[in-house]
Amino acid sequence: MLTLKDVEVRLTGRQWCFDIELDTHGIYALLGRSGSGKSTLLNVIAGFLKARSGTVAWHQKNLNVMEPAQRPVTTLFQDHNLFTHLTVWQNIGLGISPNLKLNPEQMENLQSVLENVGLAGYEKKLPGTLSGGEQQRVALARCLLRRQPILLLDEPFSALDATTRQEMITLLLRVIQSYRPCVVMVTHDDADAKALNASILRIKSDRIVKSK
Amino acid sequence: MSNDGQSHTKTRPWPWWMSGALALLVVVMFTLLPVVAMVKEAGAINWQTLVENAYIRRVITFSLKQAALSTVLSLLFALPMALALAHKPRFVGRSLIINLFSLSLVIPTIVAIYGIVAVFGRTGWLNELLSTVSIPTVSIYGLTGILVAHVFFNMPLASRILLINLEGIPQQNWRLAKQMGMSPASVFKYIEWPVIKSQLPSLALLIFTLCFTSFAIVMTLGGGPRATSIEVAIYQALRFDFDINLAVALGGVQLGICILLMMLTTLSKHNSAMNFSTFTAMRTSAQSKHDQQLMGSIWNGKRWKILHFVTIALLTLYVLTPLLALVFSAFNTKLLPVITHATTIDAMINTVLVSLASALLSLGLAIGLLNSARHIRIRLKHEQTGQWLQLSGNVILVLPPLVLGTGLFLLLRPFADVFSIALVLVIIINSLMALPFILRILEGPVLMSANEQDRLLQSLGIQGFNRWRLIDWPTLRKPIGLSLAIAATLSAGDLTAIALFGSERIRTLPLLLYQRMGSYRLEEAAVTAGLLLVLCLALFSILQRLIGGRQHAHT
Repeated sequence: MLTLKDVEVRLTGRQWCFDIELDTHGIYALLGRSGSGKSTLLNVIAGFLKARSGTVAWHQKNLNVMEPAQRPVTTLFQDHNLFTHLTVWQNIGLGISPNLKLNPEQMENLQSVLENVGLAGYEKKLPGTLSGGEQQRVALARCLLRRQPILLLDEPFSALDATTRQEMITLLLRVIQSYRPCVVMVTHDDADAKALNASILRIKSDRIVKSK
Repeated sequence: MSNDGQSHTKTRPWPWWMSGALALLVVVMFTLLPVVAMVKEAGAINWQTLVENAYIRRVITFSLKQAALSTVLSLLFALPMALALAHKPRFVGRSLIINLFSLSLVIPTIVAIYGIVAVFGRTGWLNELLSTVSIPTVSIYGLTGILVAHVFFNMPLASRILLINLEGIPQQNWRLAKQMGMSPASVFKYIEWPVIKSQLPSLALLIFTLCFTSFAIVMTLGGGPRATSIEVAIYQALRFDFDINLAVALGGVQLGICILLMMLTTLSKHNSAMNFSTFTAMRTSAQSKHDQQLMGSIWNGKRWKILHFVTIALLTLYVLTPLLALVFSAFNTKLLPVITHATTIDAMINTVLVSLASALLSLGLAIGLLNSARHIRIRLKHEQTGQWLQLSGNVILVLPPLVLGTGLFLLLRPFADVFSIALVLVIIINSLMALPFILRILEGPVLMSANEQDRLLQSLGIQGFNRWRLIDWPTLRKPIGLSLAIAATLSAGDLTAIALFGSERIRTLPLLLYQRMGSYRLEEAAVTAGLLLVLCLALFSILQRLIGGRQHAHT
């Protein structure tokens, strides 16, 4: 259970109040106009933004005191998911070892997630040589390798064309089924929410609302 | 796997503020203590009599006058040059000319002065040419010479900065201009001038500051009570008259004016006059051939062609001939005796030592400051605080080298023989002189990559040493290489600090060159100048290649 209790955030003169409970294996789509604070919610859960008051908790464990890297969270951003000067293999490896020293077991895992996202053989490539869809797959492979129980998706496919987007959603569904994380996806496309069969969350007048 | 986060929290080496605090401490120690020493000394000065002192007044007036004239002249020549180069986006030798114009940033002042004297001096190329058509010779010494040299250095700089901005005009503007049938005059008025105008205040301030605090040029080409700037007067007061009161008083005046200039620069907001792109070779413009033809057709006709050609040719010759003269005169009969002479070799070793040490110290300070400033600006979102921390590295702009030198002299005099620790003092001053350049080069790259990747870095827990090894070093090594190269070259060619603290025992090549020029041993001077130039170019390219590495195969 991911709980946000009376979480207050202030940013550039605006204020939000988040108070919500999300199921451990739930899939949520967060809809709303741009600027409504969708990403703000993700940033609070991930720890990029500190709440002024209230608590963010995962199974009664307070996340407020943890650094982003310590939280049981992994995020797929809209862009800049990859370090452009590092290879595919290094980019994914950083997900489980910040100094890039991997033991044989970790190497094996890495290889298998690469195969899972259909990028076997891409280990030595640099992100710049990949298409937008392939880059997001590398990022998704890293999420899969990290296996953090909370998966945050910040408009992950909005920069992709329709066909690639469809492929990515199929892949994402497979990833979700493989380890059943709690998923919160920010999107402005209802179709994405339907495809994931997600419960809809909305931000209205700076508060969060569960619809349906 | 999910508790992997715990394993690296223990190894977090330094808090984010440590590097900035250390660098700031060093900068403050190197600058504040000397200023305190000066202030203590200043108590004994009778300011009233100094204000009435005709010599001081004349020195101040001359400093301001030569700087103002140099600024106006540099901009006056840079403007047509930049326009001509912008109008002609493609011709043979264009990139060579632009590279030549960036060379003036790294050529040691004293070396260029030698070249300028070889062209414009009493027995120089120009006067020989003039005498063959029986026109009386012109003298390079005094205000004329100072202006000639200042334009030599600052016109290319201004041209490049203006050109970068002119090339930034969007292609659509040119297509529109063509479609509406705009004449060259209205293109200038409505498209080019607004771009130029926005750059002029900051550019003028930059050049004024550079000329106002220029030392080597005024010392060699000016001198005498008629053409002395504040900086040179401080030097003379300390080294020849041993008049510490006068030096401190002049230092105070210089400090005051520099603070004023700095405030104006900060107010003018456009600090963009000098940044990474000023120092990097300009990429060939991204225009398509079609667009270039389209641009060319705006300035059609023979008259424009001639005007562009003459402008580019004359101003290129102005920069090129002194360098050619230097190279020609360096190959003389004294070549071997001079470069094998123990004095020369000693000076060369000192020069390399000073330049490498200053560059490393300067880079260390810059990275220390930027590492913390980056955290403050990006993670803590205190933009202003971060910028202030960075600005502390620009302290040399308000506390010019000679004023700082005076302070260090007063500070250390009771404890040590300042002339026997000359190299240490020179390294301190030179590293602070290079610091503003390094900060400007590194600021953009450091902040840009950090900004884009910040959330990713946080979520993966990449920090401290891991961050530098895996993320920062690979992305920053090119600008770091360039910074080291520029800092080393500037320090190797600097005359200011070593003039103050050097002696017969401890010299660098610039000082040796100055002394040989001063005693009219011109052949030896020519060889020394050539040697220093080669050394600087070698330092520059070796450091840039060695540290900067080759370009990534794919990016």
